[in-house]
Amino acid sequence: MSETGTQTVRFVRDTMLPEAAPPASQSGAVKWLRENLFSGWLNTILTILGALVLFQILRGLVPWFAHSVWNAQTLGECRQIIAETWGEGARGACLAVVRDRWTQWTFGFYPAHLYWRPVLALVLLFAALAPILFSAVPRRLMAFSALFPFVGYWLLWGGTIWTPVVALAGFVVGYAVWRGMAKRNALAAVLLAVAAALVWWLFLAGPVERALAGVAPLALESVRSSSFGGFVLALTIGVSAISLSLPLGIMLALGRQSDMFLIKTLSVCFIEFIRGVPLITLLFTASLLLNYFLPPGTNFDIILRVIIMVTLFAAAYIAEVIRGGLAALPRGQYEAADALGLDYFQAQRLIVLPQALKISIPGIVSTFIGLFKDTTLVVFVGLLDPLKGITDAVRASTDWKGIYWEPYIFVGFIFFLFCFGMSRYSMYLERRLKRDHR
Amino acid sequence: MTKTVFFGTLTVAGLAAGLASAATLDDVKARGELNCGVNPGLVGFAAPDASGNWTGFDVSLCRAVAAAVLGDPQKVRFVPTTAETRFTALASGEIDLLARNTTWTFSRDTDLSMDFAGVNYYDGQGFMVRQDLGVTSAKELDGATVCIQTGTTTELNLADYFTANGMTYTPVAIQSNAEGEQQYLAGGCDAYTTDISGLASTRAAFADPENHVILPEVISKEPLGPAVRHGDNQWGDIVRWTLNALVAAEEYGVTAANVEDMAANSPNPEIKRLLGTEGELGAMTGLPNDWAKHAIAAGGNYGEIFSATIGEETPIGLARGLNAQWTQGGLLYAQPFR
Amino acid sequence: MANAVDAPKDSFRLSMLIYDTRYRSLTIQVIVLMLFMAGAAWLVDNTVRNLAVLGKDFNFGFLGQRAGYDIAQRLIPYTNADTHARALLVGLLNTLLIAVLGCFAATVIGVIVGVLRLSSNWLVARLMTVYVEMFRNVPLLLWILLVFTAFTEASPLPATFRVNAQTGEAESSMLFGLFAVTNRYTAIPDVLVERGLGSLALGPLSINLTFLAIVAVIAGSLLARRALLRHATAVQEATGLRPKTWWKSLLILILPIAALLWALGVHLSVPAITGFNFTGGVNVSNSFMALWLALSLYTSAFIAEIVRAGILAVSRGQTEAAFALGLRPRRTMSLVILPQALRVIVPPLISQYLNLTKNSSLAIAVGYLDLRGTLGGITLNQTGRELECVLLMMLIYLAISLVISGAMNVYNARIKLKER
Repeated sequence: MSETGTQTVRFVRDTMLPEAAPPASQSGAVKWLRENLFSGWLNTILTILGALVLFQILRGLVPWFAHSVWNAQTLGECRQIIAETWGEGARGACLAVVRDRWTQWTFGFYPAHLYWRPVLALVLLFAALAPILFSAVPRRLMAFSALFPFVGYWLLWGGTIWTPVVALAGFVVGYAVWRGMAKRNALAAVLLAVAAALVWWLFLAGPVERALAGVAPLALESVRSSSFGGFVLALTIGVSAISLSLPLGIMLALGRQSDMFLIKTLSVCFIEFIRGVPLITLLFTASLLLNYFLPPGTNFDIILRVIIMVTLFAAAYIAEVIRGGLAALPRGQYEAADALGLDYFQAQRLIVLPQALKISIPGIVSTFIGLFKDTTLVVFVGLLDPLKGITDAVRASTDWKGIYWEPYIFVGFIFFLFCFGMSRYSMYLERRLKRDHR
Repeated sequence: MTKTVFFGTLTVAGLAAGLASAATLDDVKARGELNCGVNPGLVGFAAPDASGNWTGFDVSLCRAVAAAVLGDPQKVRFVPTTAETRFTALASGEIDLLARNTTWTFSRDTDLSMDFAGVNYYDGQGFMVRQDLGVTSAKELDGATVCIQTGTTTELNLADYFTANGMTYTPVAIQSNAEGEQQYLAGGCDAYTTDISGLASTRAAFADPENHVILPEVISKEPLGPAVRHGDNQWGDIVRWTLNALVAAEEYGVTAANVEDMAANSPNPEIKRLLGTEGELGAMTGLPNDWAKHAIAAGGNYGEIFSATIGEETPIGLARGLNAQWTQGGLLYAQPFR
Repeated sequence: MANAVDAPKDSFRLSMLIYDTRYRSLTIQVIVLMLFMAGAAWLVDNTVRNLAVLGKDFNFGFLGQRAGYDIAQRLIPYTNADTHARALLVGLLNTLLIAVLGCFAATVIGVIVGVLRLSSNWLVARLMTVYVEMFRNVPLLLWILLVFTAFTEASPLPATFRVNAQTGEAESSMLFGLFAVTNRYTAIPDVLVERGLGSLALGPLSINLTFLAIVAVIAGSLLARRALLRHATAVQEATGLRPKTWWKSLLILILPIAALLWALGVHLSVPAITGFNFTGGVNVSNSFMALWLALSLYTSAFIAEIVRAGILAVSRGQTEAAFALGLRPRRTMSLVILPQALRVIVPPLISQYLNLTKNSSLAIAVGYLDLRGTLGGITLNQTGRELECVLLMMLIYLAISLVISGAMNVYNARIKLKER
């Protein structure tokens, strides 16, 4: 305090009071609580209700998990350990079943010494997806993405390497024909390329494959699709259906936007039909009816049939997603393409689709999440999906008969991890795309 | 033409499972393995273990047929089927043999174009209830809630039984045996109905089997047997006589352990014919002469299979009952090998 | 450019079919049509030949045969002596019931969760986020199985409601003396009519006159109320004062129906335990309850996200403008925010309703006999007519979907923003 205090003019104060701390109700935890939990009578009620619900859930779950047993060979042993450790009547999770059978939930009946193959396929899948999903990765790696279906197929099913190579060669043949002819006549080039590829696949591929296999027998141990199960099956069906459905979905979306009446009608009918029936009826078609629709005597793998039907199913949904992407493009883009004198296919290939597909990626990811969850339905046609197929098989063994909650909670947790991760990624993508378009 | 073209595509895809032609035997031989449709979740009858090996009563029959045809009981691919998909899987050629506790009925034999090769298990539908319910007869179940597996003959039998006795009930439809068990244990239904063998195997796995009783009434006949496609008699014969060989082997005391010895040293001409040391029975069905020897060596005779998978020494604990040899008062009666 | 070159003569050449844009689209369409017809013919031909190989035919005669199985939940009379067609109808009604109730419950829960997720209450907003993420990222089939198990494991046996002779008390008691949640079913009171009006037989159909009378009276009341409100608006426009209408409209709505119900002698029949089970009321099976709950909870998570996005899509300025005009929060919501949010909400909501309807086919997992369980399950299995059954089932589901999306599209068109 200064000496001049007494000489200052009255009522005017030139010294500051020391800063006081805010009242208890306006700072720290209390303020936070008041603002966020108890800001009014309604909020208070909600908070109390929420806390009660949370408490009830935790009260049931926490002891159950705390009493969990990881080391046991049978359910009986498990229950005995819980009773011995935590007293009679204690309930606990018998997670030993997960420890005992987790390989089955993951790989189904895939041969144990070949587990590295699906794992490697999954790793390569991520590598193949990286250039598509993350813009930081060099575009040139896209070539690997295009190769992946063949590599993945070979890794999962095994057999001679020449099968995928010969199948791939069909595309090369078609491409070569197209390149050779494109200068002279664009339309004829496309038609000829398709024809050449078909001729290759239908008539030449088989003999060539056998000849090559005879010369250089490079082969992995072949694994039949009936050994597929669990998450390997779910991912195989999900990933192949989504990737196969992309070209089909793009065609359907373009077809739906087409000016040609017949093409538009057919596309709309197909899309609305598929979207109007439950997936389960399509799976029934795969397992019960496809044999009627194909030439008598044709008979092929149920997994392949399921993949075909799920692909058709996914194509209708992808078509709608891409249609959204096409609709979101500013009209000016189409007009600019016309102004440049590009024809329909050039405009689609060079201007419209690259932009529309980019906008559609979040939608495609959501479709994939939905599809991945829906792969659990294949149990209704007798395939061993992780949720019910494998779980029922595990419960049919005398060791684990009668176990109910644990398998479901384990499988649900894995599904949650996958789907939550993907949905977060799709949200991140949406935010990034929004910024790009501002 | 269309067929070959389309099939060519599939071969390229490497996933073709083969054309189902009229001669199943040729298909199986060409393929080098037997496709056998099974129920993936019935303890004791068919279930895969932790390493994916299938075991069980129905599974053993598949292995015996594979051994008879291909000489190797391991050359079987087990195709899990559901109650709904099983008949189509057989009709479409996806499986060569349906060994999935399927009841032999008139309409299935005729209308569904299947042929039953015999009966490998004589069963009947019954009820299981809790001891403390105080019910001692199915006739006292008026007004009860009954758990029942859908897509089987059991629901028709149940409806008929209650109608015939002028009683009412509430059906609780369930999808699989595991769910039925869970529902019943939780008290979701008063009674659980299915084939008695299934009830016994379910009851055996309970923590407190003594608190549950299987009621004495058997409300239906359930001859369970392997089925093949209608119209391929040669294949039907092979399955029928493989089953017969297993039954006959028990009757004559041929076991997995002594089958080689019996083949070489047995003086009984019927055993000799069965095991292929005398006569040409195998050739008549298009198989090698020692087919039955392989079939028996695969998992033993009928009795050995029974006691190893569902018999009284197993947790399932089923008595032979109707499934004993005719000489023991049961219904198993192998046709003569001649 | 003094001399304009004459346009080339219009002589038709075959190559014009491809190179002339006037004809090209026609060419393509004709080719596509031919391919499509060829494909369809190929499929039909294969089917015919396959049926011949299997010795089967294609006819729906089996629908007239005796079904022979029982269905626990039926909205119309049905016994195992009825035909497969009747069983189909029972299944279809069960599908529709679960779809309608599911959509309703999912909307209610979804709107609440969606609004609460935007709440300023930290705890509640977080809980709702967890709720939404949990239900969206786990397969529906798992939820159905879990809810079903929870029902059977956690609720009491019907027998525990029986009064114990020694203690004079029952272990479990009914909610409000009206409802009993057991591990088999939920017993709810039945509505009985003492003096029914009978029913009118119209060929194979019979119309319940009592039901018709109730519908007619409710419709009449609604029309009368509409007239009253129109009159009030007319008065308001003429005089600037709106007459009080709330008690009049309440009277119009309640009085006639109450009088009718009294005249008909409508009363509740409370379930009571007799023998094994509750009788007297309606026993709603747990498979239905579990399916309903699981479908509603699962779909509500998606609806919550739609509602949240819809509300966030209305710009903050709209709210502020409404407040500036002196509107109260409630009226701001109903007059400003909701009409705008609805426009964003309704289209994705339609597809959720469609999804719920289609997902109801998972009923088979808990043994609820819907269309998939009767026609596509037991009937298919007993008759072995998979081609007919699956095709018919697809057609019915398709019809339901088209009706829903058609109805909602009409509504959508009505609330659509009228742009310049």
